[in-house]
Amino acid sequence: MANMSLTKTPIAEQEPKVRARNFKEVTLGYTPEQAMEEAQRCLNCKHKPCMTGCPVSVRIPEFIAKVAEGKFEEAYAIIKTTNALPAVCGRVCPQEHQCEGKCVRGIKGEPVGIGRLERFCADYMMDKAVAVEKAEPNGHKVAVVGGGPSSLTVAGDLAKLGYDVTIYEAFHTAGGVLMYGIPEFRLPKAIVQHEIDNLTNMGVHIMTNMVIGRVLSIDELMGMGYEAVFVGSGAGLPRFMGIEGEGLVGVYSANEYLTRINLMKAYKDDYETPIMKSKNVAVVGGGNVAMDAARSAMRLGAEHVYIVYRRSMDELPARKEEVHHAQEEGIEFLVLNNPVKIVGDENGHVNGMECIKMELGEPDASGRRRPIPIEGSNFILDVDTAIMSIGTSPNPLIRSTTPGLETNDHGCLIVDENESTTKEGVYAGGDAVTGAATVILAMGAGKKAAAAIDEYIKNKK
Amino acid sequence: MYKIVTRKQLNDAVVLMEIDAPYIAAKAEAGQFIIYRVDEKGERVPLTIADYDREKGTITIIFQVVGASTTELARLNEGDYIHDVVGPLGVATEYDEGIKRVAVVGGGVGCAIAYPQAKKLHNMGVEVDLIAGFRSKDIVILEDEMGKASSHLHICTDDGSYGYHGFVTNKLQELIDGGAKFDEVIAIGPVPMMKFVCKVTKPYDIKTLVSLNPIMIDGTGMCGGCRVTVDGKIKYACVDGPDFDGQKVDFDELMRRNSTYKEQEKAHLCRLTGGVR
Repeated sequence: MANMSLTKTPIAEQEPKVRARNFKEVTLGYTPEQAMEEAQRCLNCKHKPCMTGCPVSVRIPEFIAKVAEGKFEEAYAIIKTTNALPAVCGRVCPQEHQCEGKCVRGIKGEPVGIGRLERFCADYMMDKAVAVEKAEPNGHKVAVVGGGPSSLTVAGDLAKLGYDVTIYEAFHTAGGVLMYGIPEFRLPKAIVQHEIDNLTNMGVHIMTNMVIGRVLSIDELMGMGYEAVFVGSGAGLPRFMGIEGEGLVGVYSANEYLTRINLMKAYKDDYETPIMKSKNVAVVGGGNVAMDAARSAMRLGAEHVYIVYRRSMDELPARKEEVHHAQEEGIEFLVLNNPVKIVGDENGHVNGMECIKMELGEPDASGRRRPIPIEGSNFILDVDTAIMSIGTSPNPLIRSTTPGLETNDHGCLIVDENESTTKEGVYAGGDAVTGAATVILAMGAGKKAAAAIDEYIKNKK
Repeated sequence: MYKIVTRKQLNDAVVLMEIDAPYIAAKAEAGQFIIYRVDEKGERVPLTIADYDREKGTITIIFQVVGASTTELARLNEGDYIHDVVGPLGVATEYDEGIKRVAVVGGGVGCAIAYPQAKKLHNMGVEVDLIAGFRSKDIVILEDEMGKASSHLHICTDDGSYGYHGFVTNKLQELIDGGAKFDEVIAIGPVPMMKFVCKVTKPYDIKTLVSLNPIMIDGTGMCGGCRVTVDGKIKYACVDGPDFDGQKVDFDELMRRNSTYKEQEKAHLCRLTGGVR
């Protein structure tokens, strides 16, 4: 009998006051009983609209039916056929715009908690030894540049087909934004590492500390016997506003702030990397990265953390759930405000941010109402730290060292509908192609690229 | 993991290490750097590549023990491993064509980085004045190597205990006054030293290249922690540099930014040494 409740089975969360001061995961996940109860809300529609919303086409009703029966291991196996990183996707996908956005149950009431169920299955299997199926080697080698979500997906899919895959990662650990960007309280690093270990158990090689473009070029990789190269180097180059005072002590890019915290664990006392202990923090921007930076600053002990955003609450690009979590934790939203200058003291340390109030005009090219400064409304916000989270662009290193690789005006690699670049045998996907987007879109691109690479190598002979 | 194949103590505080890193050795050029992480809990620290041996597959780093991470690195011996070494990073130094005489100025441990520059120029047939400054005689390093890598080696000590008595800037000024025609000056060392070398060369309009040493994390251009203001614009030292036109660098801002974590650095070092340096 289906569970006809109009709302999702509630999920346990840490209390806002408690969690705002620790880096432990906010959402605690379903118990097996709760998962089965929620799974029973799925109507197992014939036309499966949820699946069309999933960039990696997880067989959603099928796995949920298994969860409803309590066959969690089988449910997990179904997810794994199309998704290399379910513990990650279940946590960080914007499901409201994807699978859950298409769920029939969402027409009247809340959609089925697909993300929560996917996460439950992955977590349930986390400490169970799963026999790794190693495919029969097919004798073909593929190189993958960058170790983020698109690359991990390509590597997983190709390894399943018997390819000998090597990931070249610039950092000392693979994972990309999953490791350095998204904080522990949303995505525990042990979980990311577990997903990566699953890949290496399948036979994927990971070469860390390898900055492609400096230590080896794409052409050199091709000369090393790789028949195809996938470029998943992301969009990690942070932008600054170009306003006065961005060189002061206490101004961070969100990338730097989050890398210190997530990758280098600066919030832990026994790790060497330092981070500033701030009292009042302004985070400029309104995306998920801005929310992550703000909530991290709060956890490091700040008294006031402000989101400074030039449009209104309705235009915030961050996920609703993250905005809600941030508000619960005491983050203050100064919307319709834009910084014009960062102010410093005599030692060159930040001691204020001059902002101007904004109002919304006509919609601009992006379809959002254009913010217009209100003349004479300037005021000084009392802060000692400013974190700039206004976006990133693709790193120029690979495009500038690879002849024949074309990019658009934004520095994004140009690809066709098969994720094939303008250079033969070189494929690309994720933020390197789209500019900063989401984990799941990067994974979807990786999926497509893996299929195209397989096709390309098979047809070459 | 990267094996230490040679370890030499050059003076009380300066250590040379030759590290097995064939990929880096194959590509390294003068002016480039690496980032190391001693162990799982370590921070990422940049160090210039002082030398490389493409055939042996090794690179050489020379560093001064100044804080927690260099203290930990210095504790490692031959045969030990460094957890992570990534490189070569940054843009190799570019020399103008047709240069005939160059002054390479090194300060303290900066001489370890000035030395490969001098060596490269010297091998190109350029007349090299290598001006190497130290506080006193007992901390002079790489004298033989620097002698071989230059046409004229000028060792300076602040206290006059060895060589020329005075700062590198005094020596540079003397050489210019004495009629030396430098097509270029390359200065590598503490930020104040580089700043003052630029002050010396400015009136003569001598192109002056400096190798900047801001705080870095990734070293690949993804955080902007190493940003410096050059000619009024934000540049990332790890990808746009570390070499820049010294006359255009905002040195005061660099000095301020480099002091960001002073207090925390002290605290970390104290934990390692029990407060004893």
